Amino acid sequence: MNLRRDVFQAIADPTRRAILLLVASQAMTAGAIAANFETARPTVSKHLQILTECDLLEQEQYGREIYYRLNPDKMKEIANFIEPFRKMWDDRFNQLETIMKQIQSKKSE
Amino acid sequence: MELKTKVNAAEGKMDLTITREFDLPLELLFRAYTEPEIIEQIMSNPYTTAKLLKFEGRNHGSYQQESTDAQGKVVFRANGAIHEFRPNKKISRTFEMENTPFGIQLEIYEFEALTDSTSKLNMHVIYESVAQRDQVLKLPFAQGLNMAHNRIQEIAGKLK
Repeated sequence: MNLRRDVFQAIADPTRRAILLLVASQAMTAGAIAANFETARPTVSKHLQILTECDLLEQEQYGREIYYRLNPDKMKEIANFIEPFRKMWDDRFNQLETIMKQIQSKKSE
Repeated sequence: MELKTKVNAAEGKMDLTITREFDLPLELLFRAYTEPEIIEQIMSNPYTTAKLLKFEGRNHGSYQQESTDAQGKVVFRANGAIHEFRPNKKISRTFEMENTPFGIQLEIYEFEALTDSTSKLNMHVIYESVAQRDQVLKLPFAQGLNMAHNRIQEIAGKLK
């Protein structure tokens, strides 16, 4: 299994989350992104590579420059990933409510 | 339609909140967390039967529960310490799934009455780390994918 392609692994890192926030408003070159961090340029490049590999970032070529921009579809996928967890709790609570309502109606009989 | 159960899990945090409004009076909602027979009934589903091996609903109490499948095989066991137990108000406890890498989580349940016949539960769950919280969050997501995958295999198997 290639962990680097795991989007959740990708957003677990604070620098990578900061990069995503940066490019959310506008596409930027690697140099412009790196200028926002104190980390060494190759480290930022590595982060960009990981984010690109798991499709959170897209590359676009303008002349000689490569711009990075956010892939909104992939971000949406992350936003939806807690839905199964919410659904699991919702099912549990629905069952609780049903059972307690039965107890309530038995009592009032 | 507004969702009855809400989960708030901010990115990069080691905790999350779950809130739910019930069409039940506060006392009845709290009973679902205090009476062993009711707890077992709630924790059971068509595939597994839950049993409380230990349950001390009081300050500095503890609990242990397990679920068995139709063949009687234990498929899930969890335990924890109950730190605070205030009837109709609050339960603070730890929760640990045995034989899993998920560590322990601290769970704070707060119960409140909305009207005479409705109530609300606020759950605050704190994990050992951001990574661990995200692992637990992903669990049903992964299971969902797995089930879909198994279903596909099942259907594909029939086509052979």
